[in-house]
Amino acid sequence: MASVETVFLSGDQWLKNWLFSWGMPESWVFLCTVVVYAVAVLLFVFANVIFLVYLERKVAGYMQQRLGPNRVGPGGIFQCVADALKLLGKEDIIPASADRGLFRLASLLIFIPATMLFVVIPFGREMIVADLNVGLLYFIAVGSTATIAVLMGGWSANNKYSLLGSMRAVAQMISYEIPLAFSLLGVIMLAGSLRMSEIVAAQKDLWFVVLQPVAFITYFIAATAELNRGPFDLPEGEQEIIAGPFVEYSGMRYALFFLAEYANLVSVSALAVTLFFGGWQGPWLPSWLWFVIKVYFMIFLFMWVKWTFPRIRVDHLMGLAWKFLLPVSLVNVFVTGTAIKLFQAMGW
Amino acid sequence: MPESTKELYTEEITLNMGPQHPSTHGVYRGILTMDGEYVVGVENVIGYLHRGLEKIAENRTYTQFIPYTDRLDYLSAMLNNLGYVQAVEKLMGIEVPERAEYLRIIMAELQRMASHMVFVASFALDLSGWTGWMYPFRDRERILDLFEMASGSRLTTSYLRIGGVAEDVPEEFWPALKALLADLPRCFEEYDGLITGNEIFQARTKGIGILDVATALAYGVTGPNLRAAGLAFDLRKARPYGIYSRFDFEIPTGQNGDSFDRFVVRIQEMRQSLRIIEQAVREIPAGPVRAKLPKVLRPPKGEVYHQIEGSKGILGFYLVSDGSTRPYRLHIRGPSFVNLGAFPLMVKGGTIQDLVSTLASIDIVLGEVDR
Repeated sequence: MASVETVFLSGDQWLKNWLFSWGMPESWVFLCTVVVYAVAVLLFVFANVIFLVYLERKVAGYMQQRLGPNRVGPGGIFQCVADALKLLGKEDIIPASADRGLFRLASLLIFIPATMLFVVIPFGREMIVADLNVGLLYFIAVGSTATIAVLMGGWSANNKYSLLGSMRAVAQMISYEIPLAFSLLGVIMLAGSLRMSEIVAAQKDLWFVVLQPVAFITYFIAATAELNRGPFDLPEGEQEIIAGPFVEYSGMRYALFFLAEYANLVSVSALAVTLFFGGWQGPWLPSWLWFVIKVYFMIFLFMWVKWTFPRIRVDHLMGLAWKFLLPVSLVNVFVTGTAIKLFQAMGW
Repeated sequence: MPESTKELYTEEITLNMGPQHPSTHGVYRGILTMDGEYVVGVENVIGYLHRGLEKIAENRTYTQFIPYTDRLDYLSAMLNNLGYVQAVEKLMGIEVPERAEYLRIIMAELQRMASHMVFVASFALDLSGWTGWMYPFRDRERILDLFEMASGSRLTTSYLRIGGVAEDVPEEFWPALKALLADLPRCFEEYDGLITGNEIFQARTKGIGILDVATALAYGVTGPNLRAAGLAFDLRKARPYGIYSRFDFEIPTGQNGDSFDRFVVRIQEMRQSLRIIEQAVREIPAGPVRAKLPKVLRPPKGEVYHQIEGSKGILGFYLVSDGSTRPYRLHIRGPSFVNLGAFPLMVKGGTIQDLVSTLASIDIVLGEVDR
C-alpha cells in the first residue's frame, strides 16, 4: 500500500536524482521539475475535463430517463474524442465586425486561470505544486480573472447577444465573488491559515463541513454561480441569449471555453474538498485516490443541481447574492468568531 | 459630438430575436426594443412558415385537403382533422356513426394531452429545465405510438375522414391505451413534482406576463390562455360539438392570468382529458366507423363556419361551397395566430427572460400562426 501511496512522490524523487546524476546545478533541476509539474497538472486537467464531458452527458441522460452517449466505443466512452476531433475539423470563423485580436485572445485567455488554479491544490499527501502561504487568496484572486476573458470574448464579438451575455457574466461573477470569499472566512478562522496544507492538516479529526455547514452551502451556491453552471448559467442563457459571450465562437475556440468551464468545475470542487471535506485525508486508500473520489462526489453534486433546477432570473440572481448570501455569510463569520473566542475562554 | 452629450448616456437597443432562435418555437421573429435586460417593446414578425394552405384548399377536393390540416398546428393533427371534417359534415349534413364519434373523442383528447405535454416540456426547457423537457416527452411518445397503431403515422395522422374515421383501431390499441391511462395520473404527479412545485419555476412564472379577461377577450384570445385569466369558456361545454355533451368533465380555470396559471391550467386540462377518455373507452359501442358516402363529394351551394376547442384555443373553419367538388374558399381561424397578437402587450416591462417564458406560456405553433 505504501508504494501506491507514494507512487507520484517517488517518481518525483527519481526524476530529481536522475537529473542530478547528469551533474545539473540545483536551479536547473528545479526548473526542469517545475516544467514536469506543469505538464502533470495540465494532463490531470485535460484527462478530467474529457472524462467530465462524458460523465455530464451520462449523468444528465440517466436523470432524464435516457441513456446518454452509447454509440462510440463501449458505453459511448469515446464520444468526447469524436467530438473533439469534429471540433478540430471545424472552420474557425471570426465575424467580420469582430475585434479580431481581442476575439482570438479571449479564447486563449480563458484557459490560463483555469489551469493556474491547480497550482495550489493539494492532490495528496505532500502532493502540491506550490504550497503558498496565501494559497487560498491566490485561488480566489486568479479565479476571478476569468471574468476578463468572458467580457473580452463577449465585447469583441460585436454581437448584441454576446454583449448582453458578457454584461450578465461580469455582474454575476463579481457579485458572487463576495459571498464566495466571505464563506471561506469561517474556514480560514478555524484553520488559522491561508496555506492549503495547513487547512487540510487542521481537518485531521473533524471535517470543516461539520463545523461550517452554512459556509459550505453558501460556498456551494456561490461557486455554482461563479462557474456559470445551472441554475446560474445566465451568461450563457441558451434560451434567451443563445450562448451569450460564446455565440460567435466556433470550432476549437468554442471548445476552449467549453473545456475551461469543466476545468473550473474540477478546481472549484477540489477547493471544496480541500476546505470542507478534509482534503486528501481518509483511511485505507492512498491519499490521492481519496482526493479524486471526493472531488467526483462534489462534481456529481454540481451536476445533480444543474439537471434539476430551471434557470434563475437575472434580478433574482442579484437579490440572492446581495440580500441573502452576503448577510448569511457575514453572520456565519460573526458566529464562528464568537464561538472560537468562547471556546478559548472556556479553555477547551 | 457636442460637449454636453459627451457625458455617459444610455440608449435603447434593438434586438432581433428569431426567426432562428432556440426558444421562438419555430420561425417566430420578434423585434425587441431593449433597455439593457428589460423589454420596452416587441413587434411581432410572422410569415416565415406561410404555405398558403387556404389557397391550396381551393385546388383540392374536400377529402384531399385533410392531410393539409395536419400541417396547421402540427402538434395537434387529430384536432385539426376533427375541426375540418366536422365543418364539411355540417355543410353536407352527414351523420357520423356512433363508434366513429367515440373514436374521434378518444383521438382528440389524446391529441390534446400530447399537445399539452409538448407545452409542459417546452415551457420547462425555455426556463432551462432540461430534465423537465424529457419527462413529458416520454409520455407523449406513448400517445404517438397509439396514433401510429390507428393511422400508421405519429405526427401527421390524417386519421379522420369526412363521415367517420379512416379505419377502426387494431385490437392491440385498447390494451395499450388502458395501460397508458392507468399510468398517466402518476406522470402528471411527476410533472408537478419536478416543475410546478419548483421554487425557481414559481419565482419566474408567478405574476409574469399577466393577461386579464377583458384584454384577452378584446384580443380574441381563447383556449387555456383565456381560462387561465379566469373565464371558464370552453367550446366543449359552451357549444358542444360531436358528442361532447355526453361526457362529464370540468373546466379548469386560473385566477391571475399569469404564466404560472397558464401552466397549471394545462396540467389540469390533461387530467380532464384523461377523464373524458376513460368515459369514452367505457361507453364505446361496436359498429361501423364510416358513413356511407358517394365517392365524389359535392356539397350543396352555401357556406358554413364550424369551430372546435383546439389545444391552443378556438380552431375555426369557414367553408364556402359553389356546388363543385372543391371549396370555393376556405378560411382557417388559427388560435395561435390570434393568441400571439396579445404577446407584445404581455411582455412589456419585463426582462428578456420573462419574454421567453411568456412566449412559451402562450403556446404558439408557427405552422398555425403562418398557415
